[in-house]
Amino acid sequence: MGALGKPIILMVTMYLFLKFVLPNIPGSAPLPSSLIFLYLLLTVSGIVIYETLSGESKDAFWGPMQGFLTGEKIGGLQALRYGVLILFPLLVGWQTYGSTATSDLPPTEGRTIHPAPPGEYTGLSNPVPKTPDNIMQGKGFYAAFCSPCHGGNFDGKGPAARGFNPPPANFADPTTIAMLQESYLFWRIKKGGVGLPIEGAPWRSAMPRWEVELPDEWIWKIIMGEYDGAHQSPRTWE
Amino acid sequence: MQQGVGTIQRAFRAVGGHGGWLAGLLLTVGWLALPSIGFAAEGAAAGPTEYRDIPYIGSRNLIWVVAQLHLLLAGFVLGVPIFAWLCEVIAWRGGERRYDKLAKEFTKLLTSAYATTALFGGILLFSLVIFYPKLMNYLTDVFFPSFLLYCLLFLLETATLYLYWYGWDAMQHGRMKTLHVFLGFLLNFFALFIMIVPNAWATFQASPVVISEGSAIERAWAATWNPTWWPINIHRFIANIVLGGYICGAYAGVRYLSVKSAEDREHYDWMGYVGNFIGVFGLLALPFAGYWLMREIYQYNQQMGITLMGGFLSWLFIIQAMLIGVLFLGSNYYFWLGITYRIPGSEGKYRRAMLMMLVSLLLCLAVWMTPHSLVASIEEAQKMGGAHHPLLGVLGVMSAKMTVSNLMILITFMSFVMYWRAGKQDTARWAKLGKAVMGAVLVLASLAVIVLGVWGYFVPAIVRINYFSTSQVLIVIFVILTITPLTALLLKSARTTTEMVWGSMPPRAGYALVLNAVMIILLMTLMGYARSSSRVHWHVYGVMRDSSPYAYSPALGSASLIMGFCTFFFCILVAFIFWVATMGDKYKAATTSGKGELPHGIPAMAGGAPEEQQQT
Repeated sequence: MGALGKPIILMVTMYLFLKFVLPNIPGSAPLPSSLIFLYLLLTVSGIVIYETLSGESKDAFWGPMQGFLTGEKIGGLQALRYGVLILFPLLVGWQTYGSTATSDLPPTEGRTIHPAPPGEYTGLSNPVPKTPDNIMQGKGFYAAFCSPCHGGNFDGKGPAARGFNPPPANFADPTTIAMLQESYLFWRIKKGGVGLPIEGAPWRSAMPRWEVELPDEWIWKIIMGEYDGAHQSPRTWE
Repeated sequence: MQQGVGTIQRAFRAVGGHGGWLAGLLLTVGWLALPSIGFAAEGAAAGPTEYRDIPYIGSRNLIWVVAQLHLLLAGFVLGVPIFAWLCEVIAWRGGERRYDKLAKEFTKLLTSAYATTALFGGILLFSLVIFYPKLMNYLTDVFFPSFLLYCLLFLLETATLYLYWYGWDAMQHGRMKTLHVFLGFLLNFFALFIMIVPNAWATFQASPVVISEGSAIERAWAATWNPTWWPINIHRFIANIVLGGYICGAYAGVRYLSVKSAEDREHYDWMGYVGNFIGVFGLLALPFAGYWLMREIYQYNQQMGITLMGGFLSWLFIIQAMLIGVLFLGSNYYFWLGITYRIPGSEGKYRRAMLMMLVSLLLCLAVWMTPHSLVASIEEAQKMGGAHHPLLGVLGVMSAKMTVSNLMILITFMSFVMYWRAGKQDTARWAKLGKAVMGAVLVLASLAVIVLGVWGYFVPAIVRINYFSTSQVLIVIFVILTITPLTALLLKSARTTTEMVWGSMPPRAGYALVLNAVMIILLMTLMGYARSSSRVHWHVYGVMRDSSPYAYSPALGSASLIMGFCTFFFCILVAFIFWVATMGDKYKAATTSGKGELPHGIPAMAGGAPEEQQQT
C-alpha cells in the first residue's frame, strides 16, 4: 500500500470520528450526511494536495492506483482489479439510483430559519422605555404566554417543547435573538408562524399569531424581558 | 394595421420587377412575424411601454447574461492596467527589462479585451433600453449628467489606451519613457472613474437616495453618493485586481503548457507566478472589503441584509466560502509547488510547514463552510433537535466566519513569506532575533484573532461588528506590515543558497492557475446574482417596483445554471480574445525562425500587437 495506506487510514478515521465520536460528545448530536460529506470532501482535497506537492510523493501516491487500474505488475491482484472495475461503476450507478429514485421519505427541506422581515417592520425601534419595571413586566408576560414552549430559562425547553418539530427557538443560544434587531422579534411574535414568507415554511411553525391576543405594548415588553432573561443584547447600530 | 398594409405595398413596389413578388412575400412574412419573435410590448394599448420580452430566452435572462459578461470583461480591463503600470514603473525605476516586457504583454491582453468590453457594454445598454424602458427612463432622468460624464471618460480612456499601447515601443527612452509612464497613470486614473461612475447607477438601485428638489446635478450627486457606493467601489476595485491577476495567471499557465522553447517556458512560468502573486495580493484584502460592504447593506436596510445573510440567499455564502476556499487552496498550492520545483532541495525543509499550513487552511475552510441551518432530512433534523446542530451550529455565524477568514489570510501570507525566504540563508547578526520577533508576532496575532472570535459570541452584536471584527482586521494588517519589511531587511543581506529555476514547474501548476481563474469568475457571477437578487422585487429598492412577469427571485438551482453559463461563455470569450491577440506573435515567431527578419506593420486592430522587440 505504501503511500496510499496513510490516506486510507485518515479517511476511515475521519469518517468514524464524524459518524460515531463527535455525536457522542456531551451536548452534541448526530451530524447530517450533508455535513459529513462536506468534511470528507475537504479531507480528500487535503490528501490530494499534500500528496502531489512533489514528483516523488505524487508518484508514490498515484503510482499504485495507476498500476492497479492499468494492471501493470500487480501479479495476483488481477482478479481484484477486475472486481473493482466491475463493482465501482455498479456502486456509482447504485448511488445515482438511490439519490434520484422516488422515495417514500419526505424531501429534504431547506427551511430558512430567519427569513427577511417585511419592509414595514424594518427600522422600528422599541417604543417602550427600558426600565426595570417594564423588563420585569415583560418577563411576567413571557412567563404567561411564551415560557410553556420557549422555557422558563429561555432555552427553548418549555414543558410543551417536546411536542414540536421544529423545536421552539432557544433564546440563550448566542446565534439566535442576539443576531437580530428588536423589530425582527416584534414581527415574529406579532405575526407568528403563519406570517412567515414561503422560504420560512410557515406550515412548519406552530408559533401563534400573538397580534390577536396581545397589544403591541405587551409584545415590546416581552421582547425586553426575553433579551434580559436570556442574557443577550439585540443587534443595534449605535 | 392600415399603416402596416401600406408598408407592405410600398415594399412590393420597391422590389418590383422580375422576381420581386418573392422578395415582397419574404418581406411581408418577415414584417408579420416580427411580433411573434418577441419584443412584444406589454400593455401597449395604454400609456408608454414599460417592458418588452424575448421568447424562449426571457428578457431578464438576456440582461443577466450580458450584464454579467460586461462586468467580468470590465473587471479585467480595469484591473489589468493597475498592475501593468506598476510593472512598467518597476522596470523604469529598477532597470529590470523583463518587467517592461511583462507589462507590455499584460497591456496586449488588455487592448484585446477592451473592444469586446465596450461591445458588451453597448449590447447591455441597447438591451436595457429595449426591454426595460420604464426603468431606463427613470434612471436617465436621475443620472443623465453622469451619463454624459461617462461618455467623456470613455473617450479619454480610449485615447489614452491607444497612446499607451501603440506608443509603447516609440516611447521607450529618456523623457518619452516618463511620458509613457504618465500615460499609464492617466489610463488608471480614467479607468477608476469609469468604474465608479456606473457603480453609482447600480448601487442606487440597491440603496437609493432620492431628492425631489434641486438642480439635475444636485439630484444626480445625491443619488450617486448613496450608502453602498463607496463600499462597492472599494470592493470592485480590489476584485478587479484579483480577477485580472488570476486571468493573467491562467493565460500564462496555458501558454506555459503549450510553449516549446526553454526561454518561453521560463517567461511564462515567471508570468504565472506574477499573476498568482497579484491575485493573492488582492485576495488578502478582499474579505475585508466584502465585510464592510455587507455591514453597510445591513445597516442601510435590515430586510436586505437578512435576505442576503440569513434569508433565502444565505446559501450563496456557503458556496462563496467554498469558492474562496478553493482559491486560497489553489494559490497556496501554487506557492508550495514553486518552493518544491523552482528551488531544488527546499522540499524536505518546508514539507512539514506546508503540511501544517494545509491542515490549518482546511480546518478554517471547514468552519467557513459549515452552514448555520444545515441541509438535513426530517429524520436527521429530528435527531439534531432542529436545523441547527447543537455543537457545530456556533460555527455558522459571522464571528466564526470572520475569525477563520482572517486566519486563512494570515496563513496565505506566511505561505508567501516562506516562498520568499526559500533558497536563502540569513547572514545578518540580528537574524535570530528578527525571526523570533516575527514568530512571536504571528503566534500572538493568531491567538488574538481567535480570542476575539470566541469573545464575539458573548458581547452585543454592535460591539462585535464595530470593534472585534475591526480589531481582527487591524491585527492581520499589523502582521503583514511588520513581517514584510522585517523579511525584506533580512533578505537584503541574505546569501542565496539555491538559485530560483524558472520553467521547471510541473503541468499541474499550470492547471492550478487555470482553476484559480475559473474560481474567481464563478465567484463574481455568484456575487453578481446575490447583489441583484437582494433587491428582490424592486428595480430601485423601495422606490420603483418591478411589475414585469420576472418580478421574482429565481431559485438557486436555476440561477446556478446561468452563473455556470456566464462562466463558461466568459472563459470561451477570453480564450478567443487571447488567441486572436497572440496570433500575430505566433506568425512573427514562425517567420523569424524561417527568414531571420521580423515583418513590419502587422495589422493590429483592437489590441493586435505592435512591433514586439525582444527585451531580455
